[in-house]
Amino acid sequence: MTQNVSFKSSKSRNFKDKLARYGVSLGGAIVLVALLLIFFYLLYVVLPLFKGADLTPAKSFPLSDNGRTLMLGVEEQNEIGYRFNLDGQLDFYNLSDDGREFEGFKLDKTIVAAAKTIPSHGDVAYATADGEVYVLNAKFETSYPNDKRLITPVIGFPLGEEPLALDMGDSLVKSLAFERDSDTIKIVAIDDGAQARILTFEGEENFISGEIEWTSQQTTVPGIPKQVDQMLLTPDLRSLYMRSGNRLSIYDIRDAEEATLRDVVTINANGANVTDMALMSGASSIMIGNDNGVISQWFDVTENRKRQLREIRQFSVDASVNEISSEYYRKGFAVSAADGSLSVFHTTSNSKLVSEKLSQGKTYNVAFSPRANGLFAMTSDALSFYKVHNEHPEVSWSALWQKVWYEGYPEPQYVWQSTSASDEFEPKLSLVPISFGTIKAAFYAMLFAVPIAIAGAIYTAYFMSGPVRQFVKPTVEIMEALPTVILGFLAGLWLAPLIEDNLPGIIALVILLPISFLLTAWLWTKLPKSIQQKIPDTWSSLILIPVVIMVGLFAFEMSPHLELWLFDGDARLYITNELGIDFDQRNSMVVGIAMGFAVIPTIFSIAEDAIFSVPRHLTNGSLALGATQWQTLTKVVILTASPGIFSAVMMGLGRAVGETMIVLMATGNTPVMDWSIFQGMRTLSANIAVEMPESEVGSSHYRVLFLAAFVLFIFTFIFNTIAEFVRQRLREKYSSL
Amino acid sequence: MNKWFKSGAPWIWMTAGAVSISLVAVVGLLILIAVRGLSYFWPSEVYEFDLSIVGQQTTVIGEIYDKELVPLQRLQESGADVSGLDGEFVERLLLKTGNREYVDLDFRWITENQILSQKVPENIAVLERRTNGNFYGYIEAVVIDGEQLKSRDDHQQVFDSIRRSNDLIDEADSLQKSEIGSVNYRLERIRLKQRKLELEHALTTDMISDFDAQREVLHQEYLVYEKSLFALRDQAARDSLIVRDMRGELVTIPLNNILDIHFPNEMGVIAKSGHWLHQIYKFVSSEPREANTEGGVFPAIFGTVFMVMLMAVIVTPLGVVAAIYLHEYAANNSFTKLIRIAVINLAGVPSIVYGVFGLGFFVYMMGGSIDQLFYPESLPSPTFGSPGVIWSALTLAILTLPVVIVSTEEGLSRIPSSVREGSLALGATKAETLWRIVIPMASPAIMTGLILAVARAAGEVAPLMLVGVVKLAPTLPLDGNFPFIHLERKFMHLGFHIYDVGFQSPNVEAARPLVYATSFLLVTVIVGLNLAAIQIRNKLREKYKTLEQ
Repeated sequence: MTQNVSFKSSKSRNFKDKLARYGVSLGGAIVLVALLLIFFYLLYVVLPLFKGADLTPAKSFPLSDNGRTLMLGVEEQNEIGYRFNLDGQLDFYNLSDDGREFEGFKLDKTIVAAAKTIPSHGDVAYATADGEVYVLNAKFETSYPNDKRLITPVIGFPLGEEPLALDMGDSLVKSLAFERDSDTIKIVAIDDGAQARILTFEGEENFISGEIEWTSQQTTVPGIPKQVDQMLLTPDLRSLYMRSGNRLSIYDIRDAEEATLRDVVTINANGANVTDMALMSGASSIMIGNDNGVISQWFDVTENRKRQLREIRQFSVDASVNEISSEYYRKGFAVSAADGSLSVFHTTSNSKLVSEKLSQGKTYNVAFSPRANGLFAMTSDALSFYKVHNEHPEVSWSALWQKVWYEGYPEPQYVWQSTSASDEFEPKLSLVPISFGTIKAAFYAMLFAVPIAIAGAIYTAYFMSGPVRQFVKPTVEIMEALPTVILGFLAGLWLAPLIEDNLPGIIALVILLPISFLLTAWLWTKLPKSIQQKIPDTWSSLILIPVVIMVGLFAFEMSPHLELWLFDGDARLYITNELGIDFDQRNSMVVGIAMGFAVIPTIFSIAEDAIFSVPRHLTNGSLALGATQWQTLTKVVILTASPGIFSAVMMGLGRAVGETMIVLMATGNTPVMDWSIFQGMRTLSANIAVEMPESEVGSSHYRVLFLAAFVLFIFTFIFNTIAEFVRQRLREKYSSL
Repeated sequence: MNKWFKSGAPWIWMTAGAVSISLVAVVGLLILIAVRGLSYFWPSEVYEFDLSIVGQQTTVIGEIYDKELVPLQRLQESGADVSGLDGEFVERLLLKTGNREYVDLDFRWITENQILSQKVPENIAVLERRTNGNFYGYIEAVVIDGEQLKSRDDHQQVFDSIRRSNDLIDEADSLQKSEIGSVNYRLERIRLKQRKLELEHALTTDMISDFDAQREVLHQEYLVYEKSLFALRDQAARDSLIVRDMRGELVTIPLNNILDIHFPNEMGVIAKSGHWLHQIYKFVSSEPREANTEGGVFPAIFGTVFMVMLMAVIVTPLGVVAAIYLHEYAANNSFTKLIRIAVINLAGVPSIVYGVFGLGFFVYMMGGSIDQLFYPESLPSPTFGSPGVIWSALTLAILTLPVVIVSTEEGLSRIPSSVREGSLALGATKAETLWRIVIPMASPAIMTGLILAVARAAGEVAPLMLVGVVKLAPTLPLDGNFPFIHLERKFMHLGFHIYDVGFQSPNVEAARPLVYATSFLLVTVIVGLNLAAIQIRNKLREKYKTLEQ
């Protein structure tokens, strides 16, 4: 090799060396990057949950007439808005930028009263001076010329162009309410003589012509107030709300032939007068607006077996409420007020999402678009369309972590119920029951695992002889490698029925095992010295193995007899009937044992290391000063190793909190909140595993599940980091000793 | 006595008891899984009982599946007939009677007072069927090509004709899977190619006619295959068995529904052992049937191994590089401490959190972007944007990263620094020392880490449920169609198979033995891998002990 070549190559060698250094350092940073990536990605998905709503003005139109508005509406794609006024006029407004103009519609009759349905039905009804009722809506026809979507609005007659006859005689309709479902129509009309009648039209399709023929029935509503300000019919056609000033009369109108007054309730807020009321989507709740800006939510609550309308919660705006308008499917609503403001609220999360002043004058009517991503509002000066960003109104800190009074519930509760078949379902996303389940499962697992693991670690590290330890430690550690799906399967399909069938035996086992250990120990001292000396002391662990097996077999053999003797032959029935405790087959005891089993090796291994590495001269010193083995153990060894044991327990807790498969398979996965050992639970992790595959990407449910994962991440991060710090300190302490 | 308690000796015994409980639990658990898992394949004896139930006499044929003692009182309360029984407890037997389509329940409990007589008839046959589970009965005749032959004692014709029909069915299956599967695959590729050109606005009428011509060729090819497939199936359905069941009625079972037949009561121990081994072989090599509750677990084994290997390819370089950085390069500063905390935390984060992360980040974000960029032609149906084997491998790679790091670092720390210093003193650069000296010496440790990572990944189920595992995958991620490895496909996994069959299947009672068998398989693999890792580590420790002295 010449000098020259080696010089040249050493340059490239240096370069390679540097390259390796940077490459490897980069590789090392990957670990940190991975952890940070998980943290920030989870956060990135979770954060939009807590963002409020915002309104962006998109289009504005001058008011074309002075007639008052009956109903505003928006087409589903937010391309066309419409307005029905009280005179039977329908106008369309182009919300997109394609510049098209649309022709409106005018009902050429003398209108004496008008009514509208809930927003998702979108119908209006006009009563004429001739005692006829016209039902109209705005229809949108979609076509695809040149592969582009084109939406054209037209007037729709959902019940045909022929009006429904009210048969009022000479009197005029003063006030009207209208609602329909697939085959029934109900109209409530009050005439100028304060007579209220309900007309029920039942439709039947004619098989030959395909036309629907209507047959009507009529009944009067007894005892209505003199002055009726507002009427609402529920979309299920079961109830009629009639407001007179601050008093609300509720009629049961299920029967087409008879209407009965169910209740009369005073609904105004303290010292204020009611200005408007509206049904929430699903029509379980009714929102009441007052002239002092208070909006209160009311729904039926069953108390003492009687349904009663009760005030649930209040919201407020700064000025007198003009109109309340609810979303199509979610439990949100918008409020227009006399100070020109528009506010959006959500009932479940009890939050004001956005409030903006739209005009110097007043805001009157307001309507959500079907997907709740747009608002069409009328102010004193203009009709304006706003884009709404309001993805997750149902989630707020209080909805997640505090008791919430859900519709139809007798009181505020913690409930997790994320999905249902109905569109108008109120999602119940309280993390409390599933967090409770996580803590409960971890608690029972630790109850089972900590004593066994730590006692085992003490014996293995301190008393066991070398060769036996060499065998015992890996055996216990193999447990850690066992897939948890297998532990879960055994817990669910083998252990749970076994415990159910042998409950007395299991309880006896818990009592008998320690007693038998003590008994064996005592008998051991009574053995003749000659035999004792033949067997080394350290083997006593192995002597106890047959004892454990024998006591176990004995307990199970005895179990049916005990059951017969103590519990009339069926412990399960006894617990349910006599003690009044619910008994699930897959209960906390099963989870505790199975998950405890999974956690034992984690705790055992770390605690054993900590105890084993207590410097020998410490123990030797203590023994030399005359302390017994036990005194040395409790006063020197365990005290010195206690940070290590603590960190072992933390690690174990971290594992128990996050364990998924065992809880998924060994509990019933019902989110109950009860500490009972005989009941199951639903944990954060199992909840994610069950619901995540079915949740829609980007929905509130999806993000709340990410939040659950984030909570787990933070939980375990804290446990692990504390444990690691403690262990580091301990290691330093040992090395200084 | 008091003094004895004061000495602390009883408490020491109590701690010893804790160790005993742990040991009994571990060993007992392993034995439980092994016994239940392996006995599933053992051909147990089939009994014929003459029963009298509420005065009516019936014959029941079946295997004794379980026994239990119940208090007489409870039996009485549940309204069962307890005449002729005394004592506090009654033994009752759970019989597996099979013949699912002819009886109401294929499992039934009987008590001893119902049994009039019981025997073990020699020539009872157990038919393992493709659908509807086992069938028990006496073979009366074999129908071969329309000709009815009386059953002979050596059953040779039965065995022969079953083998014939099974061979034909195997041939048909392989035709359907490889040839017809390939035609379908190519048809789909043509569709995608056309769609891609359409999206790029480059599709001309010439191309369309060209595609149509290609399609026509494939269609002709398909018709040929289809014809031979139907011919094979017809051939396989030619013969049948006439069997007398426990109701005494004759049942004709076409041979294409019969997988296997054996006569357990005629078998000696050696024959049974042979059958047992054969059953185990069938279990690991065949595909599941009847919504996974019967048949084998081959696709699950394949999926597990494939995913784990993919994961190993990803995790090993990352883990080794990170370990080398931590041990060889990292200065003792707060950044290194931060990385160490990250390692500990990566090991401690619950696996389901990785699943959630994998689903959101890998599947929807990365996979979704890949689809937009490279597979716009197949949208809206996702290619990489839905759970698949590559995302499972990536997710588990992050999950097992700490295992590799910790193990490799331990190996590196066992290499005496004198070795490194020697190399440096002879003029090698640090990189050269690492590459030539340190890594080869640490390779057994890297191996240990890898094995432990593989063992961990093979048993992990929770994250996979979100990022790629399915209960039944129609195709394996590896097949004969270009590009042969299909990383976007979903796969089956042993651990998930256990969960699915044990908890989601319609007939849990019938599926339970299979779950034990699958568990045993999984436990064997994982415990085996762990023991191997421990062995390698111990050898390594011994080796460097001598080096250090």
